[in-house]
Amino acid sequence: MSRSFILSRTARMLLPVLVVLSLVTFYRGHHLPGGGFIGGLLAASGFALVALGDGTAAARRLLRIKPVSLMAGGLSVALGSGILGLVAGGALFRGLWLPEIHIPVLGVVHLGTPMLFDAGVYLTVAGFALQVLFSLQEADA
Amino acid sequence: MSDAGLLFLQLIVPAATATVCMIARGSARVQHSIGVMGAAVALAAAAALLLRVDSVGVLAAQAGGWAAPFGITIVADRLAAGMVLISALVGLAVAVYSLRDLRDGALHWEFFPLFHLLLLGVQGSFLTGDLFNLYVWFEVMLVASFVLLTLGNRASQLEGALKYVMLNIVASALFLVGAGLIYGKLGTLNMADIAVKLQDPQEAALLHTSGVLLLAAFGLKAGLFPLFFWLPASYHTPRVAVSAVFAGLLTKVGVYALMRAYTLFFAAKFADLQALLLWVAAATMVTGVLGAAAHFEIRRILSFHIVSQIGYMVLGLALMTPLALAGAIFYLGHHIIVKTNLFFVGGIVEHLRGTGELSKLGGLYKHAPWLAALFFIPAFSLGGIPPLSGFWAKLAVIKAGLEAQAWAVTSIALLVGVLTLFSMTKIWAEAFWKRQPDDHKPPPRPVGARRKLIPLVLPSAVFASLTIVIGLAGGPLFAFAMRASAQLLDPQGYIEAVLRAGGGAP
Repeated sequence: MSRSFILSRTARMLLPVLVVLSLVTFYRGHHLPGGGFIGGLLAASGFALVALGDGTAAARRLLRIKPVSLMAGGLSVALGSGILGLVAGGALFRGLWLPEIHIPVLGVVHLGTPMLFDAGVYLTVAGFALQVLFSLQEADA
Repeated sequence: MSDAGLLFLQLIVPAATATVCMIARGSARVQHSIGVMGAAVALAAAAALLLRVDSVGVLAAQAGGWAAPFGITIVADRLAAGMVLISALVGLAVAVYSLRDLRDGALHWEFFPLFHLLLLGVQGSFLTGDLFNLYVWFEVMLVASFVLLTLGNRASQLEGALKYVMLNIVASALFLVGAGLIYGKLGTLNMADIAVKLQDPQEAALLHTSGVLLLAAFGLKAGLFPLFFWLPASYHTPRVAVSAVFAGLLTKVGVYALMRAYTLFFAAKFADLQALLLWVAAATMVTGVLGAAAHFEIRRILSFHIVSQIGYMVLGLALMTPLALAGAIFYLGHHIIVKTNLFFVGGIVEHLRGTGELSKLGGLYKHAPWLAALFFIPAFSLGGIPPLSGFWAKLAVIKAGLEAQAWAVTSIALLVGVLTLFSMTKIWAEAFWKRQPDDHKPPPRPVGARRKLIPLVLPSAVFASLTIVIGLAGGPLFAFAMRASAQLLDPQGYIEAVLRAGGGAP
């Protein structure tokens, strides 16, 4: 497959933009449309673009860890957030919250186990999507 | 441990095992031992739950601490706890059985994470008290089973999986629409809350559509006539360990959902559907057994028998007397053990001879008399020969049918029992008794083959002894089934437990 120079350069430029956008979407999703699922897909799309432009080997190098490890990590984080609610709150997935803090730019930050669960979803979805895309592209080659 | 903790543990153990198996994918030895150990822990937790439920009654806990009907309730009565225990038992047996396939490289590291994810879906379906949550657990099972079906990447597997996927997606869509209509009408998805609201006949008036949609969705999962055809089209294609767990558990989740529906949240609608359900049960029994008679490959024959046996369970449900329901529950438990074991034995035959085609098999009785014994016990239990477990299961359902004076359906059930025995003797005569055909010499046995068979034979032998124990000590188990059936027929205790259960300490 001949590589397109334009696609390759654009993908490299879009990757950081998409990753930042995915994090914003993830954080916003707590009270507004967005969240871990769509955030994970956006992050995966950044690496998928690089895989289309420069091949999966380049995308895997940039990702540093294996997509399957992302999935395993995400599942552990999500399950851990549920168990935390059971141990400290008496019910699986009970929401536990840290005190509100003020951070410039972000405003009032309210961290808790639901957001931790969402982070697990983000990692699992990103890992799953990349695993599927990379496998399909590598099977084709 | 608190009761809520005990309930949640049934879900945490398979979820954690799946995750750890995924993390430990690099080392086969570590992953396999965690996969088997997780199944053993799940079995111990399930046994503790059943003992607790049988002594103190229905247990309920609210996920996230949100009170019913707003949150998702996890609830266990005797039927649910019994199903959880038997599923955990099948889980452990299949985990051990799969070790041989895994060591030979016929399965990959994906097996254990997906297998425990499948068990998570099964246990969740049994324990949930929320209709939409039941849909989610069905999807968890489905996602795991899609991949498990195709592990191995053979063309026949892809063909089987395609039929399985298409029809199960249709069932999911029907389920979702049915549940959506209920939510639109009643404003709740909590099963106990739906049951309370439907006690008002005015509320129950406009729910025929969702009643039929849910019947179709659960019926397709259970493999009822005329929606069963995906099952024999796909169950003989995957690895034996996979088809054994599918055959044992997945259709039974559909039967369980039907039981839950018509004794709890759709109890008010049951009278309209009783006649339909009776004839569907009869048609399921007959078509399943005729399909089995027409096939000549071990796992295909066994797949059709799943369909026909589902008919007996639904017959028990459709009669809806205390004895009939107890018979259906006893049948469920007996059938899970026997059917899983028959697939185990079919798998051992395929390992020894390299095929499951009856025309290419023969002489197994002479070469492996122990295997003949392992086959004989579950096969004749399935046919209903006393004193094996299947005899008592059939006896209870048929006695209930006679008491309810459902003559036609009961005689069909008796006739199907005879035909079941016929196709079991067909496997017996072809694979075990007749001489090995000269043009199909069995592959020579490699050195050390005997020791490699241990993970295959051990679960099968344990299940065969269980079949005998259930047969000989049927009394206490049937008494348990009667208690479970009494609990189902008087759902007030279940409803109160769900609606009163607190969210636990804040």
